[in-house]
Amino acid sequence: MAPATTTALAHAVRLDHVDKTFGRSGDGRPVLEDISLTVAPGEFVCLLGASGCGKSTLLNLVAGLDRPTGGRIDVPGGRPALMFQEHALFPWLTAGRNIELALRLRGVPRPARRTEAERLLDLVRLGGSYGKRVHELSGGMRQRVALARALAQDSRLLLMDEPFAALDAITRDVLHHELTRIWRETELSVLFVTHNVREAVRLGGRVVLLSSRPGRVVREWTVDLPQPRRIEDAAVAELSVEITEELRGEIRRHGKP
Amino acid sequence: MASPDTARHPDLAGLEAGLDALDTVQVRRTPVRQVLLRKVLPPVTAVVLVLAVWKLLVVAGVTEDYKLPDPAAVWDSLRQLWLKGTLFDIIWTSVSRGLLGFAAALALGTPLGLLVARVPFVRAALGPVLSGLQSLPSVAWVPAAVIWLGITDAAMYAVILLGAVPSIANGLVSGIDQVPPLYLRAGRTLGATGARGARLVLLPAALPGYVAGLKQGWAFSWRSLMAAELIASSPDLGLGLGQYLENARTDSDMPGVLLGILLILFVGIAIDLAVFSPLERRVLRTRGLAA
Repeated sequence: MAPATTTALAHAVRLDHVDKTFGRSGDGRPVLEDISLTVAPGEFVCLLGASGCGKSTLLNLVAGLDRPTGGRIDVPGGRPALMFQEHALFPWLTAGRNIELALRLRGVPRPARRTEAERLLDLVRLGGSYGKRVHELSGGMRQRVALARALAQDSRLLLMDEPFAALDAITRDVLHHELTRIWRETELSVLFVTHNVREAVRLGGRVVLLSSRPGRVVREWTVDLPQPRRIEDAAVAELSVEITEELRGEIRRHGKP
Repeated sequence: MASPDTARHPDLAGLEAGLDALDTVQVRRTPVRQVLLRKVLPPVTAVVLVLAVWKLLVVAGVTEDYKLPDPAAVWDSLRQLWLKGTLFDIIWTSVSRGLLGFAAALALGTPLGLLVARVPFVRAALGPVLSGLQSLPSVAWVPAAVIWLGITDAAMYAVILLGAVPSIANGLVSGIDQVPPLYLRAGRTLGATGARGARLVLLPAALPGYVAGLKQGWAFSWRSLMAAELIASSPDLGLGLGQYLENARTDSDMPGVLLGILLILFVGIAIDLAVFSPLERRVLRTRGLAA
Protein backbone atom coordinates (compact mmCIF):
# COMPACT_ATOMS: atom_id res chain seq x y z
CA MET A 1 0.00 0.00 0.00
CA ALA A 2 3.02 2.27 0.37
CA PRO A 3 3.27 4.75 -2.52
CA ALA A 4 6.41 4.37 -4.60
CA THR A 5 7.66 7.79 -3.55
CA THR A 6 7.83 6.77 0.09
CA THR A 7 10.33 4.03 -0.50
CA ALA A 8 12.27 5.94 -3.14
CA LEU A 9 13.14 8.88 -0.86
CA ALA A 10 16.11 8.52 1.41
CA HIS A 11 14.58 10.95 3.91
CA ALA A 12 11.46 13.05 4.35
CA VAL A 13 13.45 16.03 5.56
CA ARG A 14 17.08 16.54 6.34
CA LEU A 15 18.64 19.48 8.16
CA ASP A 16 22.43 19.96 7.90
CA HIS A 17 24.03 22.28 10.44
CA VAL A 18 21.17 24.76 10.24
CA ASP A 19 21.63 28.16 11.93
CA LYS A 20 19.02 30.87 12.23
CA THR A 21 19.62 34.39 13.46
CA PHE A 22 17.04 37.13 13.20
CA GLY A 23 18.01 40.67 12.43
CA ARG A 24 20.11 42.07 9.64
CA SER A 25 23.50 40.53 8.80
CA GLY A 26 23.13 38.09 11.68
CA ASP A 27 24.14 40.46 14.45
CA GLY A 28 21.35 39.32 16.76
CA ARG A 29 21.61 36.30 19.06
CA PRO A 30 21.12 33.02 17.25
CA VAL A 31 17.74 31.34 17.69
CA LEU A 32 18.85 28.03 16.26
CA GLU A 33 22.42 26.79 16.24
CA ASP A 34 23.90 23.89 14.33
CA ILE A 35 20.74 21.81 14.07
CA SER A 36 21.25 18.53 12.25
CA LEU A 37 18.24 16.29 12.07
CA THR A 38 16.86 13.72 9.66
CA VAL A 39 13.32 12.42 9.53
CA ALA A 40 13.08 9.11 7.66
CA PRO A 41 10.09 8.42 5.38
CA GLY A 42 7.15 7.26 7.49
CA GLU A 43 8.84 8.32 10.72
CA PHE A 44 7.09 10.25 13.48
CA VAL A 45 9.55 12.60 15.21
CA CYS A 46 8.64 14.84 18.14
CA LEU A 47 10.63 18.00 18.80
CA LEU A 48 10.55 18.91 22.44
CA GLY A 49 11.77 21.98 24.23
CA ALA A 50 10.96 24.78 26.65
CA SER A 51 10.03 28.30 25.59
CA GLY A 52 12.61 30.03 23.45
CA CYS A 53 14.04 26.91 21.91
CA GLY A 54 13.01 28.05 18.46
CA LYS A 55 10.68 25.13 17.75
CA SER A 56 8.28 27.20 15.69
CA THR A 57 11.15 28.93 13.89
CA LEU A 58 12.47 25.53 12.94
CA LEU A 59 9.11 24.47 11.49
CA ASN A 60 8.84 27.73 9.55
CA LEU A 61 12.23 27.01 8.02
CA VAL A 62 11.24 23.49 7.02
CA ALA A 63 7.92 24.77 5.67
CA GLY A 64 9.78 27.28 3.51
CA LEU A 65 8.12 30.28 5.16
CA ASP A 66 11.55 31.56 6.21
CA ARG A 67 15.18 30.98 5.19
CA PRO A 68 17.98 29.66 7.39
CA THR A 69 20.98 31.93 8.04
CA GLY A 70 23.33 29.01 7.57
CA GLY A 71 23.26 25.32 6.72
CA ARG A 72 21.03 23.34 4.40
CA ILE A 73 17.48 22.04 4.54
CA ASP A 74 16.43 19.37 2.11
CA VAL A 75 12.75 18.47 1.70
CA PRO A 76 12.69 16.13 -1.31
CA GLY A 77 8.91 15.58 -1.28
CA GLY A 78 8.02 19.19 -2.17
CA ARG A 79 6.19 21.72 -0.04
CA PRO A 80 5.31 20.18 3.32
CA ALA A 81 1.88 20.49 4.91
CA LEU A 82 1.72 22.56 8.09
CA MET A 83 -0.75 22.50 10.96
CA PHE A 84 -0.83 25.25 13.59
CA GLN A 85 -1.86 25.50 17.22
CA GLU A 86 -4.82 27.58 16.08
CA HIS A 87 -6.92 25.74 13.52
CA ALA A 88 -6.31 28.50 10.88
CA LEU A 89 -9.39 27.40 8.95
CA PHE A 90 -10.90 30.13 6.80
CA PRO A 91 -14.14 31.28 8.47
CA TRP A 92 -15.76 32.39 5.22
CA LEU A 93 -15.75 28.80 3.94
CA THR A 94 -17.49 25.69 5.21
CA ALA A 95 -15.45 22.77 6.56
CA GLY A 96 -15.69 20.98 3.21
CA ARG A 97 -14.83 24.09 1.20
CA ASN A 98 -11.73 24.68 3.31
CA ILE A 99 -10.49 21.28 2.24
CA GLU A 100 -11.51 21.91 -1.37
CA LEU A 101 -9.49 25.13 -1.39
CA ALA A 102 -6.37 23.13 -0.51
CA LEU A 103 -7.22 20.64 -3.27
CA ARG A 104 -7.78 23.48 -5.75
CA LEU A 105 -4.42 25.05 -4.92
CA ARG A 106 -2.84 21.64 -5.40
CA GLY A 107 -4.35 21.51 -8.90
CA VAL A 108 -7.07 18.89 -8.38
CA PRO A 109 -9.74 19.42 -11.09
CA ARG A 110 -13.11 20.70 -9.87
CA PRO A 111 -15.21 17.54 -10.37
CA ALA A 112 -12.87 15.44 -8.25
CA ARG A 113 -12.65 17.91 -5.38
CA ARG A 114 -15.98 17.25 -3.70
CA THR A 115 -15.46 13.49 -3.53
CA GLU A 116 -11.92 13.88 -2.25
CA ALA A 117 -13.03 16.40 0.40
CA GLU A 118 -15.74 13.98 1.57
CA ARG A 119 -13.19 11.18 1.73
CA LEU A 120 -10.81 13.27 3.85
CA LEU A 121 -13.63 14.30 6.19
CA ASP A 122 -14.52 10.62 6.58
CA LEU A 123 -10.88 9.91 7.37
CA VAL A 124 -10.98 12.30 10.35
CA ARG A 125 -14.42 10.89 11.26
CA LEU A 126 -16.36 14.03 10.38
CA GLY A 127 -18.42 12.47 7.61
CA GLY A 128 -21.52 14.65 7.99
CA SER A 129 -19.77 17.96 8.49
CA TYR A 130 -19.12 19.07 4.91
CA GLY A 131 -21.50 22.02 5.09
CA LYS A 132 -20.68 23.08 8.65
CA ARG A 133 -19.29 26.54 9.25
CA VAL A 134 -16.06 26.77 11.21
CA HIS A 135 -17.72 28.53 14.14
CA GLU A 136 -20.26 25.73 14.41
CA LEU A 137 -17.54 23.18 15.17
CA SER A 138 -15.92 22.42 18.52
CA GLY A 139 -12.20 22.97 19.09
CA GLY A 140 -11.41 19.30 18.55
CA MET A 141 -13.51 19.11 15.39
CA ARG A 142 -11.81 22.22 14.00
CA GLN A 143 -8.40 20.64 14.49
CA ARG A 144 -9.62 17.49 12.74
CA VAL A 145 -10.82 19.58 9.77
CA ALA A 146 -7.45 21.37 9.83
CA LEU A 147 -5.76 17.96 9.75
CA ALA A 148 -7.94 16.93 6.81
CA ARG A 149 -7.02 20.17 5.03
CA ALA A 150 -3.32 19.53 5.67
CA LEU A 151 -3.72 15.99 4.31
CA ALA A 152 -5.45 17.45 1.23
CA GLN A 153 -2.09 18.90 0.22
CA ASP A 154 -0.97 15.32 -0.37
CA SER A 155 2.48 16.10 0.94
CA ARG A 156 4.69 13.29 2.19
CA LEU A 157 5.72 15.41 5.18
CA LEU A 158 3.35 16.84 7.77
CA LEU A 159 4.66 19.54 10.12
CA MET A 160 2.66 20.12 13.28
CA ASP A 161 3.20 23.13 15.54
CA GLU A 162 1.68 22.26 18.93
CA PRO A 163 -1.61 21.46 17.23
CA PHE A 164 -3.36 20.12 20.34
CA ALA A 165 -1.99 22.51 22.96
CA ALA A 166 -5.23 24.49 23.27
CA LEU A 167 -7.49 21.45 23.69
CA ASP A 168 -8.76 19.84 26.88
CA ALA A 169 -7.14 16.58 28.02
CA ILE A 170 -9.85 14.18 26.85
CA THR A 171 -10.21 15.78 23.42
CA ARG A 172 -6.44 15.80 23.08
CA ASP A 173 -6.32 12.11 23.96
CA VAL A 174 -8.88 11.31 21.26
CA LEU A 175 -6.95 13.35 18.73
CA HIS A 176 -3.68 11.62 19.62
CA HIS A 177 -5.41 8.39 18.81
CA GLU A 178 -6.80 9.70 15.51
CA LEU A 179 -3.45 11.13 14.49
CA THR A 180 -1.64 7.87 15.23
CA ARG A 181 -4.24 5.95 13.22
CA ILE A 182 -4.05 8.31 10.25
CA TRP A 183 -0.26 8.42 10.37
CA ARG A 184 -0.15 4.63 10.15
CA GLU A 185 -2.77 4.45 7.40
CA THR A 186 -1.15 7.10 5.22
CA GLU A 187 2.50 6.31 6.02
CA LEU A 188 3.22 10.01 6.31
CA SER A 189 6.35 11.44 7.85
CA VAL A 190 5.51 13.72 10.75
CA LEU A 191 7.60 16.37 12.49
CA PHE A 192 5.62 17.28 15.59
CA VAL A 193 6.59 20.20 17.83
CA THR A 194 5.39 20.25 21.43
CA HIS A 195 6.37 21.30 24.92
CA ASN A 196 4.37 18.46 26.43
CA VAL A 197 6.70 15.56 27.28
CA ARG A 198 3.95 12.99 27.69
CA GLU A 199 2.47 13.96 24.36
CA ALA A 200 5.86 13.57 22.70
CA VAL A 201 6.36 10.08 24.16
CA ARG A 202 2.75 9.08 23.43
CA LEU A 203 3.11 9.96 19.73
CA GLY A 204 6.72 9.86 18.62
CA GLY A 205 8.93 7.09 17.37
CA ARG A 206 11.76 9.41 18.29
CA VAL A 207 11.85 12.35 20.70
CA VAL A 208 14.41 15.10 20.11
CA LEU A 209 15.12 17.51 22.96
CA LEU A 210 16.17 21.04 22.05
CA SER A 211 17.94 23.48 24.35
CA SER A 212 16.78 27.08 24.65
CA ARG A 213 18.49 30.26 23.42
CA PRO A 214 19.95 29.16 21.18
CA GLY A 215 18.09 26.02 20.19
CA ARG A 216 20.46 23.08 19.82
CA VAL A 217 19.83 19.37 19.75
CA VAL A 218 20.62 18.20 23.29
CA ARG A 219 19.65 14.59 23.23
CA GLU A 220 17.32 12.19 21.53
CA TRP A 221 15.43 9.12 22.60
CA THR A 222 14.04 6.32 20.47
CA VAL A 223 10.64 5.30 21.78
CA ASP A 224 10.49 1.54 21.40
CA LEU A 225 6.91 1.14 22.55
CA PRO A 226 4.30 -0.38 20.24
CA GLN A 227 1.58 1.87 18.82
CA PRO A 228 -1.14 2.54 19.66
CA ARG A 229 0.03 3.68 23.07
CA ARG A 230 -2.00 5.45 25.66
CA ILE A 231 -0.91 8.54 27.47
CA GLU A 232 -1.46 6.74 30.82
CA ASP A 233 0.66 3.68 29.93
CA ALA A 234 3.28 2.95 32.57
CA ALA A 235 6.07 2.74 29.99
CA VAL A 236 5.08 6.12 28.55
CA ALA A 237 5.11 7.60 32.05
CA GLU A 238 8.49 6.10 32.84
CA LEU A 239 10.23 7.51 29.79
CA SER A 240 8.45 10.84 30.30
CA VAL A 241 9.92 11.14 33.77
CA GLU A 242 13.42 10.60 32.41
CA ILE A 243 12.97 13.15 29.61
CA THR A 244 11.31 15.68 31.93
CA GLU A 245 14.34 15.45 34.26
CA GLU A 246 16.62 16.33 31.35
CA LEU A 247 14.30 19.16 30.25
CA ARG A 248 14.27 20.58 33.79
CA GLY A 249 18.04 20.57 33.87
CA GLU A 250 18.04 22.40 30.54
CA ILE A 251 15.66 25.07 31.89
CA ARG A 252 17.54 25.41 35.19
CA ARG A 253 20.71 26.24 33.29
CA HIS A 254 19.10 29.55 32.26
CA GLY A 255 18.41 30.58 35.86
CA LYS A 256 22.09 30.61 36.77
CA PRO A 257 23.79 34.00 36.66
CA MET B 1 -13.16 -2.05 11.85
CA ALA B 2 -11.11 -4.79 13.44
CA SER B 3 -7.87 -2.86 13.39
CA PRO B 4 -5.65 -3.20 16.45
CA ASP B 5 -6.38 0.45 17.24
CA THR B 6 -10.06 -0.03 17.82
CA ALA B 7 -9.45 -3.35 19.51
CA ARG B 8 -7.33 -1.62 22.09
CA HIS B 9 -9.59 1.42 22.33
CA PRO B 10 -13.11 0.08 22.10
CA ASP B 11 -14.49 3.20 23.75
CA LEU B 12 -12.75 5.88 21.69
CA ALA B 13 -15.17 6.13 18.78
CA GLY B 14 -18.04 6.53 21.23
CA LEU B 15 -16.03 9.01 23.27
CA GLU B 16 -15.32 11.05 20.17
CA ALA B 17 -18.98 11.04 19.10
CA GLY B 18 -19.92 12.20 22.60
CA LEU B 19 -17.38 15.03 22.54
CA ASP B 20 -18.57 16.16 19.10
CA ALA B 21 -22.19 16.19 20.24
CA LEU B 22 -21.43 18.02 23.49
CA ASP B 23 -19.19 20.67 22.00
CA THR B 24 -21.03 21.44 18.79
CA VAL B 25 -22.52 24.90 18.73
CA GLN B 26 -26.24 24.73 18.17
CA VAL B 27 -27.42 27.29 15.63
CA ARG B 28 -31.11 28.06 15.94
CA ARG B 29 -33.33 30.37 13.96
CA THR B 30 -35.24 32.91 16.00
CA PRO B 31 -39.01 32.52 15.66
CA VAL B 32 -40.91 35.28 13.81
CA ARG B 33 -42.85 36.29 16.91
CA GLN B 34 -39.61 36.96 18.77
CA VAL B 35 -38.20 38.97 15.85
CA LEU B 36 -41.34 41.14 15.86
CA LEU B 37 -41.18 41.55 19.60
CA ARG B 38 -37.46 42.37 19.82
CA LYS B 39 -36.66 44.11 16.55
CA VAL B 40 -39.87 45.75 15.36
CA LEU B 41 -41.74 46.74 18.48
CA PRO B 42 -39.03 48.98 20.07
CA PRO B 43 -38.50 51.31 17.08
CA VAL B 44 -42.25 51.54 16.41
CA THR B 45 -42.77 52.51 20.05
CA ALA B 46 -40.08 55.17 19.74
CA VAL B 47 -41.68 56.69 16.62
CA VAL B 48 -45.13 56.74 18.24
CA LEU B 49 -43.66 58.43 21.32
CA VAL B 50 -41.94 61.14 19.25
CA LEU B 51 -45.18 61.83 17.38
CA ALA B 52 -47.10 61.99 20.67
CA VAL B 53 -44.64 64.45 22.22
CA TRP B 54 -44.71 66.55 19.03
CA LYS B 55 -48.52 66.66 19.03
CA LEU B 56 -48.50 67.49 22.72
CA LEU B 57 -46.15 70.44 22.20
CA VAL B 58 -48.35 71.76 19.39
CA VAL B 59 -51.51 71.41 21.49
CA ALA B 60 -49.82 73.10 24.45
CA GLY B 61 -48.86 75.95 22.09
CA VAL B 62 -45.21 76.25 23.15
CA THR B 63 -44.36 78.18 20.01
CA GLU B 64 -45.94 79.71 16.93
CA ASP B 65 -47.53 77.54 14.29
CA TYR B 66 -45.09 78.57 11.56
CA LYS B 67 -42.22 77.28 13.64
CA LEU B 68 -43.77 74.06 14.82
CA PRO B 69 -46.63 72.91 12.62
CA ASP B 70 -49.06 70.18 13.56
CA PRO B 71 -47.95 66.65 12.52
CA ALA B 72 -51.19 66.55 10.54
CA ALA B 73 -49.99 69.50 8.42
CA VAL B 74 -46.82 67.58 7.52
CA TRP B 75 -48.92 64.56 6.67
CA ASP B 76 -51.05 66.82 4.50
CA SER B 77 -47.97 68.04 2.58
CA LEU B 78 -47.06 64.45 1.93
CA ARG B 79 -50.59 63.69 0.72
CA GLN B 80 -50.48 66.65 -1.65
CA LEU B 81 -47.17 65.51 -3.15
CA TRP B 82 -48.67 62.09 -3.57
CA LEU B 83 -51.83 63.46 -5.22
CA LYS B 84 -49.80 65.70 -7.55
CA GLY B 85 -47.91 62.56 -8.51
CA THR B 86 -44.49 64.16 -7.91
CA LEU B 87 -43.54 62.35 -4.67
CA PHE B 88 -41.74 59.46 -6.32
CA ASP B 89 -40.20 61.69 -8.98
CA ILE B 90 -38.60 63.82 -6.29
CA ILE B 91 -37.34 60.81 -4.35
CA TRP B 92 -36.13 59.02 -7.47
CA THR B 93 -34.22 62.07 -8.75
CA SER B 94 -32.13 62.06 -5.57
CA VAL B 95 -31.91 58.30 -5.09
CA SER B 96 -30.80 57.66 -8.67
CA ARG B 97 -28.13 60.34 -8.33
CA GLY B 98 -27.04 58.89 -5.00
CA LEU B 99 -26.84 55.31 -6.24
CA LEU B 100 -25.07 56.23 -9.47
CA GLY B 101 -22.59 58.36 -7.55
CA PHE B 102 -22.10 55.55 -5.05
CA ALA B 103 -21.46 53.05 -7.84
CA ALA B 104 -18.80 55.36 -9.29
CA ALA B 105 -17.28 55.80 -5.81
CA LEU B 106 -17.19 52.01 -5.46
CA ALA B 107 -15.41 51.60 -8.80
CA LEU B 108 -12.81 54.20 -7.83
CA GLY B 109 -12.46 53.51 -4.11
CA THR B 110 -11.88 49.75 -4.35
CA PRO B 111 -8.74 49.76 -6.52
CA LEU B 112 -7.51 52.81 -4.63
CA GLY B 113 -7.94 50.96 -1.31
CA LEU B 114 -6.12 47.92 -2.67
CA LEU B 115 -3.22 50.07 -3.82
CA VAL B 116 -2.95 51.90 -0.51
CA ALA B 117 -3.13 48.66 1.46
CA ARG B 118 -0.57 46.72 -0.57
CA VAL B 119 1.95 49.26 -1.90
CA PRO B 120 3.96 50.86 0.91
CA PHE B 121 4.91 53.90 -1.19
CA VAL B 122 1.30 54.64 -2.07
CA ARG B 123 0.29 54.11 1.54
CA ALA B 124 2.87 56.55 2.84
CA ALA B 125 1.82 59.08 0.20
CA LEU B 126 -1.97 58.76 0.22
CA GLY B 127 -2.87 57.02 3.48
CA PRO B 128 -2.87 60.13 5.69
CA VAL B 129 -4.66 62.15 2.99
CA LEU B 130 -7.41 59.55 2.76
CA SER B 131 -7.99 59.43 6.51
CA GLY B 132 -7.84 63.23 6.65
CA LEU B 133 -10.43 63.57 3.90
CA GLN B 134 -12.81 61.46 5.95
CA SER B 135 -13.01 64.15 8.59
CA LEU B 136 -13.53 66.91 6.03
CA PRO B 137 -17.30 67.47 5.66
CA SER B 138 -17.98 67.07 1.97
CA VAL B 139 -20.21 70.18 2.00
CA ALA B 140 -16.93 72.05 2.00
CA TRP B 141 -16.37 70.84 -1.57
CA VAL B 142 -19.64 72.28 -2.87
CA PRO B 143 -18.39 75.83 -3.58
CA ALA B 144 -15.30 74.49 -5.35
CA ALA B 145 -17.34 71.97 -7.35
CA VAL B 146 -19.79 74.70 -8.41
CA ILE B 147 -17.00 76.99 -9.59
CA TRP B 148 -15.25 74.17 -11.47
CA LEU B 149 -18.26 72.47 -12.95
CA GLY B 150 -21.13 74.95 -12.63
CA ILE B 151 -24.49 74.08 -11.13
CA THR B 152 -24.70 70.78 -12.98
CA ASP B 153 -25.15 67.09 -12.31
CA ALA B 154 -21.39 66.74 -12.68
CA ALA B 155 -20.91 68.96 -9.63
CA MET B 156 -23.27 66.75 -7.64
CA TYR B 157 -21.35 63.62 -8.61
CA ALA B 158 -18.03 65.27 -7.84
CA VAL B 159 -19.22 66.05 -4.33
CA ILE B 160 -20.52 62.50 -3.83
CA LEU B 161 -17.22 61.03 -5.00
CA LEU B 162 -15.17 63.25 -2.73
CA GLY B 163 -17.34 62.18 0.20
CA ALA B 164 -17.61 58.45 -0.49
CA VAL B 165 -14.33 57.38 -2.13
CA PRO B 166 -12.22 57.94 1.02
CA SER B 167 -14.69 55.92 3.13
CA ILE B 168 -14.73 52.99 0.75
CA ALA B 169 -10.96 53.01 0.23
CA ASN B 170 -10.31 53.32 3.97
CA GLY B 171 -12.75 50.50 4.72
CA LEU B 172 -10.86 48.20 2.40
CA VAL B 173 -7.50 49.27 3.85
CA SER B 174 -8.58 48.59 7.42
CA GLY B 175 -10.24 45.35 6.32
CA ILE B 176 -6.95 44.18 4.82
CA ASP B 177 -4.94 45.43 7.81
CA GLN B 178 -7.13 43.45 10.17
CA VAL B 179 -6.73 40.13 8.38
CA PRO B 180 -5.12 37.81 10.96
CA PRO B 181 -1.56 37.02 9.78
CA LEU B 182 -2.32 33.37 10.55
CA TYR B 183 -4.72 33.21 7.56
CA LEU B 184 -2.01 34.52 5.27
CA ARG B 185 0.52 32.02 6.65
CA ALA B 186 -1.99 29.21 6.28
CA GLY B 187 -2.74 30.40 2.75
CA ARG B 188 0.94 30.42 1.84
CA THR B 189 1.55 26.90 3.15
CA LEU B 190 -1.40 25.76 1.02
CA GLY B 191 0.22 27.42 -1.99
CA ALA B 192 -1.94 30.54 -2.25
CA THR B 193 0.63 33.14 -3.23
CA GLY B 194 0.58 36.24 -5.44
CA ALA B 195 -2.66 37.04 -7.26
CA ARG B 196 -4.24 33.73 -6.28
CA GLY B 197 -3.45 34.46 -2.66
CA ALA B 198 -5.09 37.88 -2.95
CA ARG B 199 -8.21 36.51 -4.60
CA LEU B 200 -8.69 33.35 -2.54
CA VAL B 201 -7.44 34.40 0.89
CA LEU B 202 -6.71 38.11 1.33
CA LEU B 203 -9.87 39.62 -0.17
CA PRO B 204 -12.39 37.22 1.36
CA ALA B 205 -10.65 37.66 4.71
CA ALA B 206 -10.89 41.47 4.35
CA LEU B 207 -14.58 41.42 3.42
CA PRO B 208 -16.04 42.45 6.83
CA GLY B 209 -14.00 45.68 6.90
CA TYR B 210 -14.78 46.35 3.25
CA VAL B 211 -18.52 45.98 3.77
CA ALA B 212 -18.36 48.30 6.80
CA GLY B 213 -16.61 50.80 4.51
CA LEU B 214 -19.37 50.44 1.89
CA LYS B 215 -22.02 51.09 4.52
CA GLN B 216 -20.27 54.23 5.66
CA GLY B 217 -19.59 55.19 2.06
CA TRP B 218 -23.31 55.09 1.31
CA ALA B 219 -24.07 57.29 4.34
CA PHE B 220 -21.44 59.78 3.16
CA SER B 221 -22.73 59.70 -0.43
CA TRP B 222 -26.25 60.46 0.68
CA ARG B 223 -25.19 63.23 3.04
CA SER B 224 -22.92 64.88 0.49
CA LEU B 225 -25.62 64.71 -2.15
CA MET B 226 -28.22 66.35 0.07
CA ALA B 227 -25.77 69.11 0.98
CA ALA B 228 -24.98 69.67 -2.70
CA GLU B 229 -28.65 69.74 -3.69
CA LEU B 230 -29.47 72.20 -0.93
CA ILE B 231 -26.72 74.65 -1.78
CA ALA B 232 -26.48 74.29 -5.53
CA SER B 233 -30.12 74.14 -6.49
CA SER B 234 -31.19 75.23 -9.94
CA PRO B 235 -34.37 74.62 -11.93
CA ASP B 236 -32.41 72.90 -14.74
CA LEU B 237 -31.30 70.13 -12.42
CA GLY B 238 -34.65 68.50 -11.81
CA LEU B 239 -36.37 68.52 -8.46
CA GLY B 240 -34.62 66.30 -5.89
CA LEU B 241 -35.17 66.07 -2.16
CA GLY B 242 -32.56 68.72 -1.38
CA GLN B 243 -34.14 71.21 -3.78
CA TYR B 244 -37.59 70.39 -2.46
CA LEU B 245 -36.35 71.25 1.03
CA GLU B 246 -34.69 74.46 -0.17
CA ASN B 247 -37.85 75.52 -2.06
CA ALA B 248 -39.95 74.92 1.05
CA ARG B 249 -37.58 77.15 3.01
CA THR B 250 -37.83 80.04 0.53
CA ASP B 251 -41.64 79.68 0.64
CA SER B 252 -41.55 79.69 4.46
CA ASP B 253 -43.44 76.40 4.22
CA MET B 254 -42.54 74.77 7.54
CA PRO B 255 -44.59 71.57 7.02
CA GLY B 256 -42.74 71.18 3.70
CA VAL B 257 -39.39 71.69 5.41
CA LEU B 258 -40.14 69.05 8.02
CA LEU B 259 -41.43 66.71 5.34
CA GLY B 260 -38.21 67.22 3.34
CA ILE B 261 -36.08 66.40 6.39
CA LEU B 262 -38.14 63.32 7.18
CA LEU B 263 -38.02 62.06 3.59
CA ILE B 264 -34.22 62.44 3.44
CA LEU B 265 -33.91 60.58 6.73
CA PHE B 266 -36.36 57.92 5.61
CA VAL B 267 -34.64 57.27 2.27
CA GLY B 268 -31.19 57.07 3.88
CA ILE B 269 -32.43 54.57 6.47
CA ALA B 270 -34.46 52.58 3.93
CA ILE B 271 -31.50 52.01 1.62
CA ASP B 272 -29.27 51.07 4.53
CA LEU B 273 -31.87 48.60 5.79
CA ALA B 274 -32.63 47.20 2.36
CA VAL B 275 -29.08 46.83 1.04
CA PHE B 276 -26.18 47.40 3.39
CA SER B 277 -27.37 45.99 6.69
CA PRO B 278 -28.43 42.62 5.21
CA LEU B 279 -25.14 42.44 3.32
CA GLU B 280 -23.15 43.16 6.45
CA ARG B 281 -25.19 40.74 8.53
CA ARG B 282 -24.69 37.99 5.99
CA VAL B 283 -20.94 38.51 5.85
CA LEU B 284 -20.63 38.52 9.64
CA ARG B 285 -23.01 35.62 10.16
CA THR B 286 -21.22 33.21 7.85
CA ARG B 287 -18.08 33.98 9.83
CA GLY B 288 -19.81 33.42 13.17
CA LEU B 289 -19.24 37.07 14.13
CA ALA B 290 -22.89 38.02 14.62
CA ALA B 291 -25.89 36.25 16.10
